[in-house]
Amino acid sequence: MRLVTLAWLAFLFSIPLWMSDLYVLHVLIMTGIFIIAAMSLNLLLGYTGQLSLGHVAFFGIGAYVSSLASLGFEAHLLPGVLVKMEPKPVWLGMLCAVTIAGLCGWVIGRISFKVRGAYFVIVTVSFAEVIRLVALNWVELTQGPMALNNIPALRLGTPELFELSFLRKPANYYLVLVVAVLSYILIRRLVQSRAGRAMIALRENEPLATSVGVDVTKYLVLATMVSAAMAGAAGAIYAHYVRIVDPDVFLFIYTVTMVIMVVTGGKGTLAGPVVGGLIFGLLPEILRAAEIKPEVQWVIYGVLMVLVVYFLPEGIVPAVRNWRRRHHEPATAAAPPASIEPAR
Amino acid sequence: MTAATELTVEGLSIRFGGLTAVESMSFEVKEGEVLSLIGPNGAGKTSAFNAITGYVAAAGGSIVYRGTSLIGLKPNEIATLGVVRTFQKTSVFTGQTVLDNVLIGLHLRSRQRPIAILLGLPSVAREERQLAEEARAILRFVGLDARAGEVASSLPYGELRLLEVAVALAAKPRLLLLDEPVSGMNPAETASFMKLLAQIRGLGITVFLVEHDMKMVMGVSDRIICLNYGRIIASGSPAEIQRNPEVVRAYLGERYARAQG
Repeated sequence: MRLVTLAWLAFLFSIPLWMSDLYVLHVLIMTGIFIIAAMSLNLLLGYTGQLSLGHVAFFGIGAYVSSLASLGFEAHLLPGVLVKMEPKPVWLGMLCAVTIAGLCGWVIGRISFKVRGAYFVIVTVSFAEVIRLVALNWVELTQGPMALNNIPALRLGTPELFELSFLRKPANYYLVLVVAVLSYILIRRLVQSRAGRAMIALRENEPLATSVGVDVTKYLVLATMVSAAMAGAAGAIYAHYVRIVDPDVFLFIYTVTMVIMVVTGGKGTLAGPVVGGLIFGLLPEILRAAEIKPEVQWVIYGVLMVLVVYFLPEGIVPAVRNWRRRHHEPATAAAPPASIEPAR
Repeated sequence: MTAATELTVEGLSIRFGGLTAVESMSFEVKEGEVLSLIGPNGAGKTSAFNAITGYVAAAGGSIVYRGTSLIGLKPNEIATLGVVRTFQKTSVFTGQTVLDNVLIGLHLRSRQRPIAILLGLPSVAREERQLAEEARAILRFVGLDARAGEVASSLPYGELRLLEVAVALAAKPRLLLLDEPVSGMNPAETASFMKLLAQIRGLGITVFLVEHDMKMVMGVSDRIICLNYGRIIASGSPAEIQRNPEVVRAYLGERYARAQG
C-alpha cells in the first residue's frame, strides 16, 4: 500500500518534467484546486453528514481576502471610517485567506449549531448568496463586477538571495500538488482520530453519540472550520494563479461541481473526492479534446454522472473496495487473527 | 445495608403538551444496586429515563446526581458525569465496525486535542493504540471479541443488543441506565444477559433498569419501582412487588400472581 502511494506521488511530481503542453498543466492545476475544495467539502458532507451547499463561499472568501491583502485596498468599513491597507506579500495574504475563511466557517458552525440536514443546507446556501452580493455590490472594496485585476503571483524568498516565483505553470502545479497532499494528510489525521470518530458518530446516530458524551456541536464546528480554511486555501491559490477574481467565483455551479466530485467519488472516504475530482475535472477537457460537439459533451457528462450515482450510490471508491474485498475474501477469511480468545 | 445515594429524583414531572407522562415522581438510586422500573406500556418509564439523561426537559422537580443537578444539562454533559444510558430501540452506529462502535464510545476516555491531531503528534498515535486495546477488552467482556472487525449492521439482533451495552460501558458509566435491554431476546440470550449484568455490577456500576421481562427483573433487581399512569404505585423488593395487590392488578396480572404460587 505504501509503495503504491509513493509510486503515485512520484508520478504526479514527475508530470511537469515530461509534459511540455502547458494547456494540459493548466487543466491539471484547475482540477487540483477543485480537488482541494472537494476534499474540504468531504470533511463536512462525508464525515459529519451535513451538506454545505454554500461551500464555494469559503473558496471565494479565500480568493478575495488573499487578493485584497496583496493588492492593498482603501474602503469605508462604516460611513466615515476609512480603512487603508498597504499591499502585503502574497504568502501573508494567503495566510490571511486561510484564517479568515476558517473564522467564517467557525461562525457558520456556531450559528447553525442546532440545525441539521435541510436547515444546515439553507444556512450555508444563504451565507454564500449574501457573500456573493457583498462581493458584487461593495464596489469600493471588491471592484464589484469590474473584478480585481493584476493580482500578483506568489513569490517566496527575496530577489537578492533566492526567489521562488509562482508565475509559470509548472511552479503552480507543484504548489497545488503540495497543498493537496498536505490537505489530504490533515484530513486523514483528523478522521482517523477521536475527532473524526465524533464526526462520524454525529452522522450515523446523533442521540447515541451524545449519550456516550460526544459534544457533537463542538465537532461540527471543528469540521466546518477546518473545511472552510481548506477551501479558503484553494481559493487563495486560485486567485494568485488566474490573477483575476470577480464575483463569479461564488457561482452556485462551483459548489455543485464539488458536491458531484465528492458524491460520485465516494463521500466519507479519503480517496473519494480525489477520484471524483479527477474524473469530473478532467472529463470536460477529454471530451473537448476528442472533438465532440459541445452540446453532446455536456450530455455525456450528465449521463455519466447519473449512471455513477444510479449504479454506485455509495460512490466509486467504496464500490471498488467492496469488489476487491469480495475477490480477496477467501484468502483473508482463511487466516483469522490469532489473538481471539474463547468468549468469556 | 446503608449504601450512599447516587441519584435523587424528587417531584419529577414530564409533560408533552397537555399530556402528563410523569407526575411528581420521587425516588432514589443507591450506589451499587440494581434498581428496576416496571409498569405497563405508556406508564412513563422511558420518559423518566429521557429526563434523567437530558433528552427531554422536565416540567418540574429536581434530579440530582452525586450533588450535581442534572436539570438543564445536555445529554453529553450528563454522560461526562458518569450517567450513561442505552435506548429502547436498538441503537448502534450501523455502518461502522463493532470495534469502531466501541471506539466511538471511548470518546470520554481519550484526551486528544484537535491541534495535536492535526500536527500528528506521537502522543495521538500512542493513545489510539491504547484505545484499541481498551475497546478489545470491552468487547471481550461482553463476549463480542470475535466480531470486532464486522460491520454492526451484519450482527444478529441479540449481539446488537450486546454491542449497545459495550458502547455504553465504553463511556465509563458509574450509573448505567438500560432501557429494555433484553426485549426481543430469546430465553437463552436473556439468561446470558443476566450473567453479564451480574458482571457489570461486579465492576461497581450501579444499574437502573427498565424492563418487561419479569423473570429477568425479579432475578436481578435489588429493588423495584412500579409505575402506572406516570405515578409510582409501589416500590420494594422483588418479593414485596410480587405480592403487592395494586401491582398485580395494574401490571403483573392475576395469572402471573397465581403462577408464582
